[in-house]
Amino acid sequence: MSTNTTGTNTTGTNTTGTKSTGTNTTDTPRTATTSAPPRALNASRTTATAARVLRQLGHDPRTIAMMILIPCVMLFLLRYVFDGSPRTFDSIGASLLGIFPLITMFLVTSIATLRERTSGTLERLLAMPLGKGDLIVGYALAFGTLAIIQSALATGLALWLLDLDVTGSPWLLLLVALLDALLGTALGLFVSAFAASEFQAVQFMPAVIFPQLLLCGLFTSRDTMHPVLEAISDVLPMSYAVDGMNEVLTHTDMTATFVRDALIVAGCALLVLGLGAATLRRRTA
Amino acid sequence: MMNYSPDPPDGEAHPAKTATPDAPAIPDAPAIRAQGLTVVRGPRTVLRGLDFTVRRGKITGLLGPSGCGKSTLMRAIVGTQAKVTGTLDVLGNPAGHPALRTRIGYVTQAPSVYDDLTVRQNLDYFAAILAPGRAATDRRLENVTRAIADVDLTTHTDALAGNLSGGQRSRVSLAVALLGAPELLVLDEPTVGLDPVLRRDLWNLFHDIATQRGATLLISSHVMDEAERCHRLLLMRGGEILADDTPDALRTRTNSETVEAAFLHLVDEATAAGRTKETAR
Repeated sequence: MSTNTTGTNTTGTNTTGTKSTGTNTTDTPRTATTSAPPRALNASRTTATAARVLRQLGHDPRTIAMMILIPCVMLFLLRYVFDGSPRTFDSIGASLLGIFPLITMFLVTSIATLRERTSGTLERLLAMPLGKGDLIVGYALAFGTLAIIQSALATGLALWLLDLDVTGSPWLLLLVALLDALLGTALGLFVSAFAASEFQAVQFMPAVIFPQLLLCGLFTSRDTMHPVLEAISDVLPMSYAVDGMNEVLTHTDMTATFVRDALIVAGCALLVLGLGAATLRRRTA
Repeated sequence: MMNYSPDPPDGEAHPAKTATPDAPAIPDAPAIRAQGLTVVRGPRTVLRGLDFTVRRGKITGLLGPSGCGKSTLMRAIVGTQAKVTGTLDVLGNPAGHPALRTRIGYVTQAPSVYDDLTVRQNLDYFAAILAPGRAATDRRLENVTRAIADVDLTTHTDALAGNLSGGQRSRVSLAVALLGAPELLVLDEPTVGLDPVLRRDLWNLFHDIATQRGATLLISSHVMDEAERCHRLLLMRGGEILADDTPDALRTRTNSETVEAAFLHLVDEATAAGRTKETAR
């Protein structure tokens, strides 16, 4: 009751008082009814963003073809490189199923968001009622969709045509691949904030991805590395992606280690997405 | 409090009063009011304590040489500029207020559209950001069709923005700002690189937007002959405002034939004043 009276009181003083606050009080309810609040995640704006990103890619069929075909070609190549030792193909092939989506999504997202920043469209969008979450989740949805297609094709090819011998369910392989793609999207988005040009953005790939590639256990088991490197590999998300893949490779059902690995990869992806959101500034110098 | 117009007659009708039935409170409250507006970019103070107002329903030209701070001022008004100090009220809210994001249309100097989308796809997306949801589908379609017609690109709706000419692309960028009938349009050099016919058409469009839709337009330019088409002018130089007046009054005051001559006169005056100040020190 008392808050109510003070509420009407202040409005009253405002309208009779200064001019600017007067317009303020009359305008605010109108905008509130015509547009959704810009802060929260808005499902329509998010899906509109995802659809827009996919539409952009739709005008660039070559990129789509390369994203989908290159992992398949690499797996095919790998299968015959290890023609004499199918066990090696099993372990490296499974790991690569998780690494490909991470690398492609990292590259595509970092360039796409860099273009958004340099073309002025990001500034325009942030001057509009678009939430930062809408933009980031929109990108994640769009590239996640592509990642599903890419991973499904690569996994299918590896399992049924190239005789990759996996003990566990192929769905779990696909799940890890998808989480990796999300992680790649998140890393690309984050890194694009620190790149001033496409040249720099591409250089972030060896800087961010290669060390993880060397330390993730793809080339040699992590516990045989120098203890310092092993400790570093313990905090890099790609290590858990590869560990998760190897769990599926050797166990029939979902192990606790697999769940832990998947959660760590997902957690890292969300964390980096949050960091990426923090790099989107409505006001820039 | 002040329901009559406090400003001297500009020789133009007052379209804002009849055309904005939805803002009945104080039609003569300025669209933009700045006091001691200062912007620092890196080591440089780009805007030095500006005081000015921009009237509602009018076309205000922002003129000055390149690098004088026009774009920074516009970015401050739309709320994308960091390190802004002083008072800057836009449509009754502090600049950058979330409630303003649907009410301001902003066109950057370089066209900010997606080159790998068609004209219509570009507009469809930005329209979906302004008015999201299935309920607004019809309104969006209407807005998009009208915006494309406004900038005369109806024959190019399905062309990729990246394949258009420079002038056409900047018109796509302008069309995005026209979506959703904003109350304030902030246009950074919208006619740069356009042929004379298109420039005339666009200026006619700007006048229509001001008179028929009652919108306020702030248009920057460094082409002085466009100044004659504005209701009011803000002349800038070196991060400061040299003059804030109607084109007629400027010419009369400086005894000049054209706004360009008036501007040069004011610049010389300011330089001379600066020199005497330095020698006095």
